[in-house]
Amino acid sequence: MRSMLLLLCSAGVIAAQSQPYGFGQPATAADTAQKDLTVFPNGKGLPSGKGTADQGAAIYKEKCAECHNEKGEGRPGQYPALVGGIGSLTSAKPLKTVGSFWPYATTVWDYIRRAMPFDHPRSLSADEVYAVTAFVLHLNGLVERTQELNEKTLPAVKMPNRDGFVPDRRPDIKSKR
Amino acid sequence: MLWQVPEALRWVAPACYIVQIVTEELTPPRRRFLALGASLAGAVVACRKAPVPSESGAHMRAYGERSPHEKTVRVVRELTKSLGTGSSRTPLGELHGIITPSALHFERHHSGVPAIDPAAHRLLVDGLVERPLTFSLDDLKRFPSASRICFIECGGNSIGEPGANLPDVQKSHGLLSCSEWTGVPLSIVLKEAGLKPEATWMIAEGADAGRMSRSIPVSKALDDAFLAYAQNGEALRPEQGYPLRLLLPGWEGNTNVKWLHRLQLVDQPAMSAKETANYTDLMPDGKAQQFTFVMEARSVITRPSGGQKLAGPGFHEITGLAWSGYGKIARVEVSTDAGQTWADAELQAPVLSKAAVRFRYPWRWDGKEAVIACRCTDETGYLQPTRDEFIAVRGLNSGYHYNGIKPWRVNADGTVTNA
Ligand code: HEC
Repeated sequence: MRSMLLLLCSAGVIAAQSQPYGFGQPATAADTAQKDLTVFPNGKGLPSGKGTADQGAAIYKEKCAECHNEKGEGRPGQYPALVGGIGSLTSAKPLKTVGSFWPYATTVWDYIRRAMPFDHPRSLSADEVYAVTAFVLHLNGLVERTQELNEKTLPAVKMPNRDGFVPDRRPDIKSKR
Repeated sequence: MLWQVPEALRWVAPACYIVQIVTEELTPPRRRFLALGASLAGAVVACRKAPVPSESGAHMRAYGERSPHEKTVRVVRELTKSLGTGSSRTPLGELHGIITPSALHFERHHSGVPAIDPAAHRLLVDGLVERPLTFSLDDLKRFPSASRICFIECGGNSIGEPGANLPDVQKSHGLLSCSEWTGVPLSIVLKEAGLKPEATWMIAEGADAGRMSRSIPVSKALDDAFLAYAQNGEALRPEQGYPLRLLLPGWEGNTNVKWLHRLQLVDQPAMSAKETANYTDLMPDGKAQQFTFVMEARSVITRPSGGQKLAGPGFHEITGLAWSGYGKIARVEVSTDAGQTWADAELQAPVLSKAAVRFRYPWRWDGKEAVIACRCTDETGYLQPTRDEFIAVRGLNSGYHYNGIKPWRVNADGTVTNA
């Protein structure tokens, strides 16, 4: 009994040493699961699931078209377009959309899951997110109607602007006095 | 607040006041009871006698408000039809000193302001750490605290300015504010969880409806980042991230994640929507600079500025703000002849690193049209560019992180317009 107590005490001391103040609670798997939304370009963080553009069309019509319009063309001054602008980035009026600007399909999936539909975010199941993402990418001519997107195939979708980003190269402006 | 006198009974306030002083010694419930009795008694008296207006001024109030004569407000602009996706801008032209009143601090949200119960709010620190932990607000407030005055500027402050010359300083620069923030240094909290050596990035996520998230290099997290629970001496305002926000001194506003509820330690950036689709700088060659975190040095004249009017020739102080995400402002120069000659402005103490600095320059206006401007140099030697110098390198499509010199035209009738 006494040695048990001693053992417990020394365990406490060790914990206190490695955790300088000892504040906070150990996070449980449930704590993480509750907030686990991050998806990385290599697919890490994607839940298993699947969907096609054909399946996504109905979801889009019901849950997205009201704002983003029938074919993802958006509503000028009201809601952003989800299609168009490919090849416009060096023009005087670049149109940045999922199709023309976003470098990773995983980002589209991640954003739709966490933030859309705007008024009911995180109400879609994983399969629905795969399907509606496939539909948005299909509207941009980037996946076929029956092509299945899942945790393996989604990261492999090559976005047109995949190589469009460079690291911060500032200070890039040398001003003269 | 039973012992507060209703507005309608204010003329009997002195009577109540005496009762209150006398009852100060009593225990609070009893005191309240007496004070209530006193105001009721006052009301009865009021019915009998003709009221004599008091000259003794308004009573105390539990939470202060500005004078009803002061009308300065933020200007709200929604960017989509869904409310809560736009910004509200600080009226820099009408403020003094360097601290932005909390009620006028700019806002930029992507999916509205969430209503958060601080007692239920938890910060999760997980991923590549030895000990994944959750912290309540009380836990975080037990750690050693630190306060720092620093600016926050939206990465998109002045979108449109390079091409269009916005007409007043609220529109052109109003996504800049400066506060004293208090919280716990993030390095302390990360030490508590124990960083694994592979942890090079940290995904900071907010509890807003859209769970906005940004990838932050761990080097910044360990440098001067902190978790702020207070702004200008009181709890954060809801629109500033109540009850907890990330504070990254000198970095673009969007990385200072509000309503912070998770820090996920990882070995790569997430390439989230707000660090790819937004807040990246599209260059003339079609490539976009990414992770352009630091706000480069910048200054602007706030008085006289667009929309204001000079009363007439004679003395006018030219004043404004300068700030740099790289450190302290070393120098601010003012020109009153459209940039032909420049003279040093006086920097008002305190001159703090990554904070707004107030500058002043005495000017005698001769009543003729004049173009006034300022430019700053920070402690790294970086000189604020002209608009043309900026456009020559980044073109007109970069949008974010514009920091060119802003000239104002003082017209012969005293009105001030963009130049
Ligand atoms: C109630 C209106 C509304 C609905 C419904 C809606 N969205 Fe959105 N969506 C928005 C708004 C507003 C934004 C811009 C948010 C911002 O400013 O950060 C947006 C942004 C987006 C973007 C990013 C566009 C860009 O280039 O920045 C995508 C992708 C998107 N929505 C997909 C969807 C999908 C898929 C659905 C259906 C599941 C959906 N949205 C439903 C309002 C809506």
